[in-house]
Amino acid sequence: MDKESASISKKVEEFLQVFKKGEEFTHELLKENEKLRYRVAQFEEVSKFSDRDGTYKIHSLEDRIKFLEEENKTLVDRYREVEEENKDFANRYVEVEAENNNLANLYVASYQLHSTLDFSESLKIILEIVMNLIGAEEFSIMMLDEKTNELTIVAQEGMGQEPRPSVKLGEGTIGAAAKRGEAFYREGDTTDLRGVDYLHPLTVIPLKIKEHVIGVIVIYKLLVQKQAFSNVDYELFTMLAGHAATALFSSKLYSQSERKLTTIQSFLDLLKEK
Amino acid sequence: MPEHNFLVVEDSPTMRQLISFALKRIPGSKIVEASDGIDALKKLSTQKFDIILTDINMPIMDGLKLVSMVRNDPVHKTIPIIIITTEGADEDRKRGLALGANAYIPKPIQTAELLNVVNQILGGQG
Repeated sequence: MDKESASISKKVEEFLQVFKKGEEFTHELLKENEKLRYRVAQFEEVSKFSDRDGTYKIHSLEDRIKFLEEENKTLVDRYREVEEENKDFANRYVEVEAENNNLANLYVASYQLHSTLDFSESLKIILEIVMNLIGAEEFSIMMLDEKTNELTIVAQEGMGQEPRPSVKLGEGTIGAAAKRGEAFYREGDTTDLRGVDYLHPLTVIPLKIKEHVIGVIVIYKLLVQKQAFSNVDYELFTMLAGHAATALFSSKLYSQSERKLTTIQSFLDLLKEK
Repeated sequence: MPEHNFLVVEDSPTMRQLISFALKRIPGSKIVEASDGIDALKKLSTQKFDIILTDINMPIMDGLKLVSMVRNDPVHKTIPIIIITTEGADEDRKRGLALGANAYIPKPIQTAELLNVVNQILGGQG
């Protein structure tokens, strides 16, 4: 009996121990479960926050991209504008440079024209200007004789030794241009500018002091390398019309007065001797 | 600033002034003018030049004779020569270049073209 009860109490004790272990294990499981719930809750919270932050960041980056794209567009537009301005400046520079060169030509021509009071030298300078600055190969300077109303060649270049007849004021292309006091330019294409026709010249430039015509410059043929008149040529023609006329007129007057002065001086010397 | 000495040989005072006017735009340029070939040779014997610019049609000694004489002179034969002339035909150009000219510019001259040629030669010397 005692043996049986001892065995039963041993089994009860073993069962209680197993039960205690089961209780302890259950407690541990519950704790673990609690911990896991807490971790899950934490992760859920972090995950929620991360989503918000990510979306914010994406929006922020999209805004930045938009801003940079706009800035880029503005810069590209500005670059284009500056490039256009640059081109414009370059064109302006070329224009100013050309204008500068034209002015230099005009200055030199005008300076040379007024550098002498010798009639033949004035004629020589006009020939030089027409040949070197304009590029004429055959041309002449004709002076108007107010008594006969005829234009006579006083200087020529490239026209040979053959004598050329005088031209009546109002007659033919040359006479008509001189009478009108307006420059004549033969119409036609640029290749036509090199043809030689002494009755129908390429250009007739009346030499005028105010409205008074004293002569003409007549161009018959251009140099082989000269294709057409340029803008500066027309400026030179305008300048020659006035300045060459003044230079020729004043040098002629000066030569005449010099001759008269010499005559008077000789006459005075003779009187003194007597 | 480097100094550039130019000898302008032209019988026409108008052209001499115009060429000198253009050359003055090159910094450090010093220009000596001669009215014909003989005058040019005299000036060459007393001074050193970087470039000679010469016309062809001149009294006493023309430009082609001058080019030929300079090229046959052991002292001056290397000086670059630019011919500036009214003779614009191809055969004239070939003749000038065959004699030893470095460049050939027909009149009427364009300042930009003249300066371009001069600067090219000066650049080549440097």
